Amino acid sequence: MGIQTWTFLIVGITFLLYIGVAIWAKAGSTKEFYVAGGGVSPLANGMATAADWMSAASYLSMAGLISFMGYAGGQYLMGWTGGYVLLALLFAPYLRKFGKFTVPDFIGERYYSKQAQLVALICAIFVSFTYCVGQMKGVGVAFARFLEVEFSTGIFIGIGIVFFYAVLGGMKGITYTQVTQYCILIFAFTVPAIFISLQMVGNPLPQIGMGGTMEDGIYLLDKLNQLSVDLGFNEYTSSGMNDRVNMFFITMSLMLGTAGLPHVIVRFFTVPKVRDARVSAGYALFFIALLYTTAPAIAVFVRTNLLQTVSNKPYAEMPAWFSKWEESKLISFDDKNSDGVIQYVANPSSNELTIDNDIMVLANPEIANLPAWVIALVVAGGLAAALSTAAGLLLVIATSISHDLLKNYLKPNISEKGELRAARVAIAWAVLAAGLAGLNPPGFVAEVVALAFGLAASSFFPAIILGIFDKRMNRQGAISGMIVGIVFTTIYIWYFKPQLGGIGTPEGYWFGIKPEGIGTLGMLINLAVAVVVSRLTPPPPVDVQNMVENIRIPRGAGAAIEH
Amino acid sequence: MKNKTLDQYWNCNLRYLVILLSIWFMCSYGFGILFADSLNQIKLGGFPLGFWFSQQGSIYVFVLLIFIYVYLMNRLDQEFDVDEK
Repeated sequence: MGIQTWTFLIVGITFLLYIGVAIWAKAGSTKEFYVAGGGVSPLANGMATAADWMSAASYLSMAGLISFMGYAGGQYLMGWTGGYVLLALLFAPYLRKFGKFTVPDFIGERYYSKQAQLVALICAIFVSFTYCVGQMKGVGVAFARFLEVEFSTGIFIGIGIVFFYAVLGGMKGITYTQVTQYCILIFAFTVPAIFISLQMVGNPLPQIGMGGTMEDGIYLLDKLNQLSVDLGFNEYTSSGMNDRVNMFFITMSLMLGTAGLPHVIVRFFTVPKVRDARVSAGYALFFIALLYTTAPAIAVFVRTNLLQTVSNKPYAEMPAWFSKWEESKLISFDDKNSDGVIQYVANPSSNELTIDNDIMVLANPEIANLPAWVIALVVAGGLAAALSTAAGLLLVIATSISHDLLKNYLKPNISEKGELRAARVAIAWAVLAAGLAGLNPPGFVAEVVALAFGLAASSFFPAIILGIFDKRMNRQGAISGMIVGIVFTTIYIWYFKPQLGGIGTPEGYWFGIKPEGIGTLGMLINLAVAVVVSRLTPPPPVDVQNMVENIRIPRGAGAAIEH
Repeated sequence: MKNKTLDQYWNCNLRYLVILLSIWFMCSYGFGILFADSLNQIKLGGFPLGFWFSQQGSIYVFVLLIFIYVYLMNRLDQEFDVDEK
């Protein structure tokens, strides 16, 4: 069987599986719809959180990105995992004890203010929606490439499938579908890595294999360093030329943003107990770590393979995968000195080869000559990653609209049935809107994702942490902190991102901090403003102080409750 | 429950947090970023140590920290009789 047949077969089977699971886990109540009835086991919740978290970008682009960045790629690896430690230690148990459905719920109640809730609500919708548009685009790209259809057709297929199981199943359906998707995506990600690790260093564990020795007895990483230096690139494992300040700030901003993203936090409302919320974060990070520790190994393998295969080799002798990706314009070769040999070097004026980050994971099995079914599996895994993340985000948007906006603001008397219907209608519209925005993505989607992390870091993170750990924090402090944090971060990112129409240049960066890392500074400013303002204004009411006392101890956590 | 014991429980929790988060900070920002250059002089098998912390080690430490926290807190909850029945 060819690759195409295998792809149809494996993708088809996995899709039938998702739809079957969605029907089996259909939601019957708002509680089931929003937080899966608060009855998901910590292990299943951990897997679902991991699938929710690992997007098409983690799956398809990250290893490729790292393979081009080398050591500095660690900022993504640490940044997108370290936030879970903050979540587990600082947020999850307390928010679970608090026992409501959403982050704006918490902000509204803790700061006894509808305005604060509204600010949080707008942030939550904005952050989730920008993130989601990127995912829908990922879904479209994935379908288009694998089913060999137009990009727009790819997006419509994606809309249809997410629509079906998210609208039907709510959080319950999504959670169990994500468990299935996690299993598929991690299997698909690690199998090729294991094969390649065996081929290159004879070790079945890629995490250890990347530090192993090759047939000639030379350490793989030493070999890669040598190859890189020979072509004029930096040493792969070295931090010598990197910008330490920005690595620090970007890593921190990603961690704080992770801990502040509403679609991640809401996960910890779905487990039965406070102790489950704690351990669930541990399981989630364990499952995420399986992929995140494999990715840098893939990056090393694929980089070495690539340099050995293409560098200084005649163009005419390139293997079949080379011309295949050339057709889709993801590899391009421009024979500047017309010698018919590929010069892949660091110097842009003599470099002849351009490679898109995204193809490294996809092309990896082909570069290593793995069987066709492995290639098809990688495709199915990529689709699982994109779909599971999109579905989780859409649910947060729908919950924000039907629960936070409709029930808490516009129509407090709405019946349970009416709210459930509104949630389904909201999710349907959200899928369509995100899909259409993804269809014609404004060029700045990738840039806006940086903004999503920056905003989550500079708005939610301090508001939640102060709400739990500072009993004296009051409405005035929290609101002014959030507003200053958001305004500062937004303006900074906008001003220094030419893609968003900003006019700033890198010379103007404050302390040399790139826009991607500014969320860290925004968070600190928010924190400082909130503490100062709160100490100058009256303390919060006694019942709020009692509530803070109460969420600090686990006993008495019921299921997530209605107001 | 008396406020005195609640305060003790909370202070003990905060102490755990400070210790665990210091390790969290040291392994990622310390070993993985700030001191990576000097650590790279040391080899762990084929890995320069700073590089290993930045791309592998810190992630293992993160996972461990959460499970240690879970263990400590479950024990603490029982000790102060605030665990869920």
